[in-house]
Amino acid sequence: MAAIQPRINVEYTEEATIIAFTDERILEDTDVRALREAVESIVEQAPRIHLVLDFRHVKFLSSAVLGLLIRISKRVYEQEGELRLCNIHPGIYEVFKITRLTNVFEIYEDVESATQSFSPRP
Amino acid sequence: MPVRRSLAVESRPCAFEAWWEEVLSALEAQGFSQDDIFAVHLALEEAFQNAVKHGNRMNPAKKVMIDYTVDPEKVEVRMTDEGAGFDPGRVPDPRVGENLYRPAGRGLLLIRSYMHTVEYNERGNSLRMVRHKSRPVPKS
Repeated sequence: MAAIQPRINVEYTEEATIIAFTDERILEDTDVRALREAVESIVEQAPRIHLVLDFRHVKFLSSAVLGLLIRISKRVYEQEGELRLCNIHPGIYEVFKITRLTNVFEIYEDVESATQSFSPRP
Repeated sequence: MPVRRSLAVESRPCAFEAWWEEVLSALEAQGFSQDDIFAVHLALEEAFQNAVKHGNRMNPAKKVMIDYTVDPEKVEVRMTDEGAGFDPGRVPDPRVGENLYRPAGRGLLLIRSYMHTVEYNERGNSLRMVRHKSRPVPKS
């Protein structure tokens, strides 16, 4: 497992790349920018990535992070990859519901179910 | 005892934390639940970022004026920037169609969802928000 700054942990398995956000709160522009750069650098290097974003540590985020997730999602699908979110705290899940981003993202209970949901690789 | 404060905060996104800690302490002292605190935190964060970025356009010479009252029943916050103001009725609904994939409007939607009263002045540079304390669910 590799640590990139204090923001994310990255785990590579046979089925997926799993990125866990390590901060409890993601608010400021500098946080969002650091996350964007870190995640996009991984996505750019891996066409057809099976990417899981793990929110187990995150207790609070702002709408700027939702914009970041949409940007990541677009990039993943442009590269013919697939994206899953998981381990979302109930308070944050409510934010996804209010903004109807539950219709945009595939959200799973845990890393295991998210990983198992990907289409089989050709 | 209600807590009342008026502050003039500099137009930097990271200035939120300093005054949020004060509000948080007041909410905890008045017995607000963690769900209430999450809601108020999110609404104030979004309102402050809007005031700094869209209102004052990050101009360091401009301030965001914040007046808040926390009493045992509710929290009330007025936040005023020095910008030209905007018409909240013209902000697109971020839940509809292609807007889902655009960045605009989610902050305002969250403020309206988490606060019980949300009112702008006519110019659109001053926002008044109220959230009432949640009642505990009675045990059956």
